[in-house]
Amino acid sequence: MPDLYKPEIISVINDDGYADPAVDPEISNDDLLKYYRLMLLVRIMEENLLDWQRQGRIGFYAPCTGQEACHIAAAAAIEDRDWIFAQYREPGAILLRGWPLRTFFAQTLGNSEDIMKGRQMPDHFGDPEMRFVTPSSPIGTQISQAVGAAMAAKLKGDDVISLVYFGDGATSSSGFHDGLNFAGVFKAPVIFFCQNNQYAISLPLEKQTASENIAIKGQAYGMEGIRVDGNDFPAVYKAVKYAADKARNGGGPTLIEAVTYRLGPHSSSDDPSRYRTRDEEKQWWQKDPIVRFENYLRNKGLLQDDYIESLRASLQTTISETFREAEMVEPPHPETLFDDVYDHLTWNLEEQKQELIHYALGEGGRCPWQI
Amino acid sequence: MPIITYREALRHAMDEEMARDGKVILLGEEVAQYQGAYKVSQGLWEKYGSKRVIDTPITEEGFTGAAIGAAMAGLRPIVEWMTFNFSLQAIDQVINNAAKYRYMSGGQIKTPIVFRGPNGPAEYLASQHSQALQSFYAHCPGLVVLAPATPYDAKGLLKSAIRDDNPVVFLEGEMMYAWKGEVPEEEYLVPIGKADIKRPGKDVSLIVHSKPLKAAQDAAAELAKAGIDAEIVDLRSLRPLDEKAIYDSVKKTGRCVVIDESWPVASIGSWVAWLVSKNCFDYLDAPVELVSSEDVPMPYNHRLELAVQPSAPKIIEAVKKVMYLG
Repeated sequence: MPDLYKPEIISVINDDGYADPAVDPEISNDDLLKYYRLMLLVRIMEENLLDWQRQGRIGFYAPCTGQEACHIAAAAAIEDRDWIFAQYREPGAILLRGWPLRTFFAQTLGNSEDIMKGRQMPDHFGDPEMRFVTPSSPIGTQISQAVGAAMAAKLKGDDVISLVYFGDGATSSSGFHDGLNFAGVFKAPVIFFCQNNQYAISLPLEKQTASENIAIKGQAYGMEGIRVDGNDFPAVYKAVKYAADKARNGGGPTLIEAVTYRLGPHSSSDDPSRYRTRDEEKQWWQKDPIVRFENYLRNKGLLQDDYIESLRASLQTTISETFREAEMVEPPHPETLFDDVYDHLTWNLEEQKQELIHYALGEGGRCPWQI
Repeated sequence: MPIITYREALRHAMDEEMARDGKVILLGEEVAQYQGAYKVSQGLWEKYGSKRVIDTPITEEGFTGAAIGAAMAGLRPIVEWMTFNFSLQAIDQVINNAAKYRYMSGGQIKTPIVFRGPNGPAEYLASQHSQALQSFYAHCPGLVVLAPATPYDAKGLLKSAIRDDNPVVFLEGEMMYAWKGEVPEEEYLVPIGKADIKRPGKDVSLIVHSKPLKAAQDAAAELAKAGIDAEIVDLRSLRPLDEKAIYDSVKKTGRCVVIDESWPVASIGSWVAWLVSKNCFDYLDAPVELVSSEDVPMPYNHRLELAVQPSAPKIIEAVKKVMYLG
């Protein structure tokens, strides 16, 4: 009889990088390599993005370093027609859905190629055509929205489920309680995917909750809670696939706690050395999800060291070149400021727009503040 | 023309729109089996079933958030807040989410939702149940804010709100639910963004919305006895605001009293008063007066709560000021 209060952490890759075939999920070799390339792309891209933020080339960035396996495996285990309500640390998820790197950088820069028109912070990317909803900065508000989308799909009879990402910090928000309670009551097809990376900016998990763990919170809402090793790609994939199948078959929601670690800062505005030790970080670097996945793929005979080296080099080239091109793109025109406040340009917005063009922007080359 | 209550007018609007469009759903506390805390949704659950008329757990943030998600996924939810006082628990979902998704997503996400329920002071409900919170919502770009004061306007505007592709905040009132008025049997819509002249007049403009319309009408009747012909402009729509109707009236009368049962600071009333002062400056014969609720939380005692709110005597006093009488 398993201890319900201390659910076992599911893992697939053992310390030597092997997986027991009995528990190893079925993923094609092509897909495994695709996921690996994506994880590596995200890792290298974010190293660059933090540098570029320091150089003043972008305004802000919140990296997912250490959580690449966790968020990409979750997105990989559902279908493209399913909703993703993101948290803000899931670049791999939108790249997996099909965003080209240039589109990603356009959003990070908020330039005139950005489909979000330069209106959202970096990390707050979204594309409703891909059923990927732009994150809300207030913590936890996306959780009940994901439940609503799932309830709507159920009501319409669509074979669509919702995957919602949030962090350990969000489990303290009313949105977490509202969302899980709702999904439990309405048996909504939702996967609540908590990336427990141990810190909400500086606040450690033990100051966030007195619960033994996050997964057990599912029980209070009438749903299964699963703990999974978040740095173990096949384990996360397996857990999410299980929850997705269950949701599709009318089994309702699941709370998944992916136990991981934010190896980098909360964001470009954060300095983790103020609240945690280098030793602690080093211990978690030993569990680097990319290294573990590399070992797993090597042992399957899918990966060689020289390939990794050449892949790193080519990814770095692509990232640098694509970013340089994206940087050359013009910023959005201030005229676009007034679009999309409503479904049409209201008369008062039109009036403000004309004032801005004629006076503040100094139409016709006139110095705007010249009398 | 049939005479029905404001409550029935709202119900008919929801019924007609739910029959017209299968994507329209109603959710909130007590809306289904209990027929609504104020019986606005009476009969809808029997007619449309639990899939479309949904009793939710008691969490304004939760069902408001769920409605936003459902709207993204293609439905057109009507959210009933038992009162706007409780909407403050959900205001993050409205201001930070519903109002901004279209803009933040570069025009890709739409959240066609109507957030409706009673707003403003009622009776014997004290400070946490008797607040006029329209300014909280009207302040925010991305929202449409409507405040009908008659059964005719309530029905026509609610139908327009349900069909609108923007998130709409729809302000009703507990005291208004029982108000009666003529409502045609045939279908009609009241356009969003259009004020209505509820009483034409030539001497002074009373600019009003929501429940204080009645106080304005009482005041106008009293003033008429004294030979003062007041024009009543019912805003109906707070965002977008029908500024032209306001200016046309003030330019005609040259005197303006704005009535708003909100608190005075940064309110719809003070905004309208500023707009009139700025845009009708050359036409005004007196400074614009504002009749608001007193700047205090609402007390419970009936004598006290009546003293807080705009009333016909307060409006008459303000009219006397702008006409330099007494």
